[in-house]
Amino acid sequence: MKLIDQHTKKMMEGCKDRAREAGLCFEDETLEYIVTNRDLLELTPKVMIPTLYDYWVHEVEVLKEKGRYELYPGNPYETVINTRPAISFYNDNNPDWLNVMIFYHVLAHIDFFQNNLFFRHTWDDDFTGQALSDKRLIAKLRSEKGRWVDYIIEFTRGIDNLVGYHGELSRMNCPLPEDRSKRLDYYFDVFLQAVKKVKIHEYMKEINRYNECMTTNGDLGEKTFFSDVNKKHPEFEAVFKKHLKENNNVKLDIIQFLIKHSDVLKKDDNRWMISVMQVIRKTSLFFQPQIRTKIMNEGWASYWHENLFLKDNRINGNEVEFARVNAGVTSLLRVGLNPYALGMRLFQYIEDMGDKGKYDLEFRKINDADKRKKYNKNTGKGKDFIFKVRDNFCDFMFINTFVDQDFVSQNKLFVSGRRLNPAKMVWEYTVKSRKVEDYRQMLIDSLYHPPHIEIDEEKIKDNTLYLIHHFEGKPLVKEFIANTMMGIEYLWGGPVQLETSEVVSVPMPQDTSLTSGFSAPQKQEIKEQEVKWERVLYTMENRKISKKII
Amino acid sequence: MSMNDDILAYYQKLKRKGLNPGQEEKILSELQGDRSHEIAPMPAEAKDTASDSLCSVYAYNDLCKLQNMSSPQSTYINRLRSIDELLDRDKQREKDGFPRKIRVGRMVKPGKGDRDKIVVVPTTVEEKFIHDKRLNTSEEGSSGGSGDGEEGEVIHEQPVHDPEIQGGEGSGEGDGGQHDMESNAYDLGKILTEHFELPNLKDKGKKRSLTRYTYDLTDKNRRFGQIIDKKATLRKIMETNIILGNLPDIGCIDPTGFLISPSDRIYRILSREKDYDSQALVFFLRDYSGSMHGNPTRLIVSQHVLIYSWLLYQYAMQVESRFILHDTEAKEVDDFYTYYNSKVAGGTRVASAFRLVNDIVEKENLAADYNIYIFHGTDGDDWDTEGKEFIPELNKMLTYANRIGITIAEHSNNAVKNTEVERYLKKSELLDEKPKLLRLDVMKEDADESRIIEGIKKLIS
Repeated sequence: MKLIDQHTKKMMEGCKDRAREAGLCFEDETLEYIVTNRDLLELTPKVMIPTLYDYWVHEVEVLKEKGRYELYPGNPYETVINTRPAISFYNDNNPDWLNVMIFYHVLAHIDFFQNNLFFRHTWDDDFTGQALSDKRLIAKLRSEKGRWVDYIIEFTRGIDNLVGYHGELSRMNCPLPEDRSKRLDYYFDVFLQAVKKVKIHEYMKEINRYNECMTTNGDLGEKTFFSDVNKKHPEFEAVFKKHLKENNNVKLDIIQFLIKHSDVLKKDDNRWMISVMQVIRKTSLFFQPQIRTKIMNEGWASYWHENLFLKDNRINGNEVEFARVNAGVTSLLRVGLNPYALGMRLFQYIEDMGDKGKYDLEFRKINDADKRKKYNKNTGKGKDFIFKVRDNFCDFMFINTFVDQDFVSQNKLFVSGRRLNPAKMVWEYTVKSRKVEDYRQMLIDSLYHPPHIEIDEEKIKDNTLYLIHHFEGKPLVKEFIANTMMGIEYLWGGPVQLETSEVVSVPMPQDTSLTSGFSAPQKQEIKEQEVKWERVLYTMENRKISKKII
Repeated sequence: MSMNDDILAYYQKLKRKGLNPGQEEKILSELQGDRSHEIAPMPAEAKDTASDSLCSVYAYNDLCKLQNMSSPQSTYINRLRSIDELLDRDKQREKDGFPRKIRVGRMVKPGKGDRDKIVVVPTTVEEKFIHDKRLNTSEEGSSGGSGDGEEGEVIHEQPVHDPEIQGGEGSGEGDGGQHDMESNAYDLGKILTEHFELPNLKDKGKKRSLTRYTYDLTDKNRRFGQIIDKKATLRKIMETNIILGNLPDIGCIDPTGFLISPSDRIYRILSREKDYDSQALVFFLRDYSGSMHGNPTRLIVSQHVLIYSWLLYQYAMQVESRFILHDTEAKEVDDFYTYYNSKVAGGTRVASAFRLVNDIVEKENLAADYNIYIFHGTDGDDWDTEGKEFIPELNKMLTYANRIGITIAEHSNNAVKNTEVERYLKKSELLDEKPKLLRLDVMKEDADESRIIEGIKKLIS
């Protein structure tokens, strides 16, 4: 790996100026490296983070078929990584004009990393630097503890897709309210309603009294209000303190819970395991936002590389080649989903809608279809609007909010289906639906979504850890359950139970056409499969798994 | 309808003898399939665009899309050491009380004409709690799309056996050689024997002496011998004269002043060379009838690759192998590549293959010289439902073979409990009579790697 030459770096700096003028916002320093095939061999297993800790699985071809991205949210071929300074990778023999196009793409990615709130937790650190110290830590431990370090890595990685990423974010993005309002919240929301169970008119009376106190006493209003409360309910302060204590601990994810409560990990000999687990957890958290903003991120980058490239006067004369490459990247597929194309079109669509003022309240009030169609306020606010979207949305919100029937119709989008025609022995690709509801649902279904599994603290008995899978219509991959649970058992130091849902029976789709002799088989409507579910409880004890239906 | 006249005649003959509706249906479905036994083409260079249409949004990345960089290629050599390390680590895992994690994975397309070459990929999977999407996508995959077309309209048809997507029937997961590690079959055999504890052969080398000698003019000798080696002698003379300083100018060589020492003369003389005899002869038989489509074929060929490798190791490379494919007729094919990659079509008559083997053995008088192994893979369907033709052939074969291993990869949706082959084999009681010579292994078509290896143990132990 070597840095790009001075000439190319100068091009990059020129790109930065132009991107900033257009409104993108990113830190000054970036690093650009030339990578060879050999570098990639080392980089891709480490998700392009050159300093990631070593782990033997990185050296092995990993089975890909089963939901690879579900297992590995990190993109192994990312061109730019979200560190400080941001690092990006380039082919050795790119022509200048192509480098310029990629630079704009990369800068838009960096802009996205550094402004989108879903990346909030990565803003303050240099991840490659941290990773380097983690790598050294793990190497040092490995020299002392040998293969056991790898077991801990393995077992922790087994649950690293269940990290409390959103919890972490909400802590950063909205700090807990002040103590003052907490007391007030508790009094009105919990104490009066759940503890005292007062009648509605009494509750209203208290609210009135509070408002009066605030108006007459100003800043001291709340104090006077609560001094009366304490007279009336002398136990209030004590109950409130107790409540605070109980609810103060934030919800822990499984790794955190194990670190905090596992007896095994508390032993002096095993303390080192905790640091390994923390490394894994931190690494996993780092990769979480990337996969949750794939469509937006690529759409945003494509939007800007197209925009800025065409305005760049340094590389005139390469429009045709650019058009060819750009079309390869951003054209909508006949069948399939291309995040570059989809994201870019959606950003363009949103900008256009914003320019016309179609996200304003006024527009929403109009029911007349013709008026809606012709509505155009020329607000010129489209660009501001997409910048706000870039700050505040993730893929799910992006799709759920902005994909509407107009967008689908304008771009001639549809949900495609694939079915087997046994008579011709061909797969037929069909236009399944052009309705926005179906299209949106298809997009949402294709998004990354790890299962929602939590520890149920109330059900922990006799040192048996109880995991509960909040079922969302999708079962877990059965083959993986045993070994994952075995890992948790090791880290917990006691039996582990997992409550989840499984299929009772799936009716086999009848393949009647095969037996219908020589006549051409009729296409038949495949009925919605009716699937029956049952709740099951897996128990892992002494590395043996058992299952019972509950 | 492309239908071979012979098959049709055979079908009519069976029909006259009487068929029940179930059997007839099965036969017809095999006949009906519009397939032919072409050989899958050599895998095209791995293309990132080949399966673009069906991959998820997360399969896209800037390096490939924008910079047109391909995934890095690694070779066998730079990871050769790690495979041993990995397997040692795996052994250690077992000792530590955790299940093994390494699978000696996919056998991908051997190159044509290079029979020893098999691609081995050690793989592993990191287990996590993840959603199982197979349930939803089993029958009808949904994806995005754009462009014209009415709802419900078919916009594209893609053959099920599209070589671009599948890489050819029988070649297992056609997933191309992106990160594949190449290994030769001998190495694979070694791995299988050592790490998966496949048994060693017991009667190895007893049957006949391993080596014989031939005499050939291969050794070189100075001063005397049978034939003078002119080139080597000239070279030696030059060498001597350079040392003596008789060659001052390279541009103008004057050989008249050269001195020739007696020891400059180099001769070839007769020498005794060890010539290894092939000790084992393996027949691989594979049903490539229409019903073998999909998983059964994949299972059978992977298992045969593994067995082939194991024998190669056991006999220290002294294995000869013959490959036979059959539907209703059997034919011998030249190399493993053809065996591996021929597509399925046609009907099923297991007996044909066994008859062909018997004929070959008899004609070439192989039984006297070789340890003969026969491995047969099928999905268990046979039009000859009673085994009337098959059992006599099998009996004949049992007289000379060292081991006959029959693998049945059952269709999972098979309503009948036993397949025809299994049924008539059991009925013949040969399995119990000659457990040392005849083995049967029945697995489901969705069996995994470890099951395949388990199956091999069953067949060869």
